[in-house]
Amino acid sequence: MSLRTQPGPYFGDFGGRFVPESLVAALDELTAEYELAKNDPAFAAALMKLHVDYTGRPSIITEVPRFAEYAGGARIILKREDLNHTGSHKINNALGQALLTKRIGKTRVIAETGAGQHGVATATVAALFGLECVVYMGEVDTERQALNVARMRLLGAEVVPVKTGSRTLKDAINDAMRDWVTNVETTNYIFGTVAGPHPFPAMVRDFQKIIGEEARQQVLDLTGSLPDAVTACVGGGSNAMGIFHAFLDDPTVALFGYEAAGDGVDTPRHAATITKGRPGVLHGARSMLLQDEDGQTVESHSISAGLDYPGVGPEHAWLASIGRATYMPITDDEAMSALRLLSRTEGIIPAIESSHALAGTLALGRALGPEATILVNLSGRGDKDMETAGRYFDLLDEGAEQS
Amino acid sequence: MTTPITSDAVSTVEQAIARRRSEGGGALIGYLPVGFPTLNDSIDAAVALVANGVDIIELGLPYSDPVMDGPVIQAATQQALANGFKLRHGFEAIRAITAQVDAPVLVMTYWNPVVQYGVERFADDLRAAGGAGLITPDLIPDEADDWMAASVRADLDRVFLAAPSSSDARLVQAIEASRGFVYTVSTMGTTGARAGVDAAARILVERLRAVGCTSACVGLGISTPEQVREILGYADGAIVGSALVKALTDGGVPAVARLAGELAAGARDIRLAS
Repeated sequence: MSLRTQPGPYFGDFGGRFVPESLVAALDELTAEYELAKNDPAFAAALMKLHVDYTGRPSIITEVPRFAEYAGGARIILKREDLNHTGSHKINNALGQALLTKRIGKTRVIAETGAGQHGVATATVAALFGLECVVYMGEVDTERQALNVARMRLLGAEVVPVKTGSRTLKDAINDAMRDWVTNVETTNYIFGTVAGPHPFPAMVRDFQKIIGEEARQQVLDLTGSLPDAVTACVGGGSNAMGIFHAFLDDPTVALFGYEAAGDGVDTPRHAATITKGRPGVLHGARSMLLQDEDGQTVESHSISAGLDYPGVGPEHAWLASIGRATYMPITDDEAMSALRLLSRTEGIIPAIESSHALAGTLALGRALGPEATILVNLSGRGDKDMETAGRYFDLLDEGAEQS
Repeated sequence: MTTPITSDAVSTVEQAIARRRSEGGGALIGYLPVGFPTLNDSIDAAVALVANGVDIIELGLPYSDPVMDGPVIQAATQQALANGFKLRHGFEAIRAITAQVDAPVLVMTYWNPVVQYGVERFADDLRAAGGAGLITPDLIPDEADDWMAASVRADLDRVFLAAPSSSDARLVQAIEASRGFVYTVSTMGTTGARAGVDAAARILVERLRAVGCTSACVGLGISTPEQVREILGYADGAIVGSALVKALTDGGVPAVARLAGELAAGARDIRLAS
């Protein structure tokens, strides 16, 4: 049976639509319109034109031999989503959903964002299509990703700092859902990851699967065979689903998702949802989540705002449950060390999120040995993280810090 | 163990609503969260609601991610959680309230706490504590197979939501799945007091009636005796939440008792007028 043909709402025991009744009509409308768009060659052509002329797709692959020396000599190939317009894979999905918004005829879009990458991508497509745009972002994240807040505002979006709960991504999603419940008649919710209620997990995956489809062929062209393993970081999981999907039916290709372990999975400060969580319902879907015995969501922690989320997409929970993909934790320190290593060996500064995949790949390469080929999704670039990295590595001169 | 009970037992919530309907008006339903500002105060406040004319208690279980709630209820439930609210406090509160007053107590809860407690176990413990059933703001009938089975077996009410955006087919589904009443969402939005109750509420009640609904209670944005009177002119019940929570926040149990009395006067007016 093909693993690539899961349409939702359920992926095994995971997924569904656990939402207020007020949202059901909008989700039904989105589902129906997406089904039509998916089968409409004109929609596909319009999206592909944007991918090529606006984003700069296909993104290249880059082999990184100097970095690979630290990974047991395995052959390591990066899929360069960091080179996309706006600096990450998030634009792939934002363009798809913005086109869909135009099709439905709504004039206002909202989005949640953690690191700000999805918010920037949404603000960008809103500017491109002339849509009003409001982005919800946890107050903690507006502080640690101040540069992206400025980018969104420059693009004409309103950024709302969310002050409730843990003041991070999960609370931004709560407030975006409250906005959607209130303004659903005029507003489309451009959801940024493969979580949330149906149709978002399947739809966002479909808009991101171009990453793996391109990379699978590019690796075949470069090496003559499929990679032994594909790796990606996992917060909600959109870049990982995007690169995994094309390989789901290739049984020789191992899939590894790296979750944020923060201070360590045996401390209370981590975001390793599949490693440490239990099945439950959050943000409209049944999936794995970090929660206490009463089902209250536990606050997550990661140096990376984009991975600082106590849930994960239901398709990942399913892939973990059937053993098709393996999910491992990477600490803040491991990720930051990999960030510096790639910068110094290859001249590529990765996002802190993507650095979790790089850190995992270093250990994986040592385990697989020099004959192995590993494809890594470099989902975003590190420009937005310079203040965090500057502080972490003590790179900033006295008085140079501007905030 | 999961043999359905085919009893003739009628929902105490439906009885309370029917009694008020027979008097020419409708039921007044008051919401308060457990554990705010303290567990004991929340129990006293719920008892005070009934003592001052509220017919049915809607007892909210604080939850970390309350997507249907506006700022007033969010702040109260967040404080309850910070004070150490646990699910067992919910059952303790139901026991304490039903020991003091006869009004039925419905529990309003987001779905994940019930899933983690165990749906069957939750139903049994709710029944044992004297609770009447559940209002489930983020559980739609489409996803509610476990809860349907457990609530039938434990003879509990199931209150699902109907929204202005719901299709007629979904209204029918909500009516058929619900027992007690259908929670008629007055407006597109979250909980919180509003100056005027949306015309959408009246239209939605009419649409529910047209497809056979006999028990439609309107909630969201209702805060004044005038609004209660207006709603009971066409609906079977009026649900007040944030306004009571705000009164409790600002003036404690005496203030919430006073507001309940005023709201109940609004409910009484319509009965006298008819």
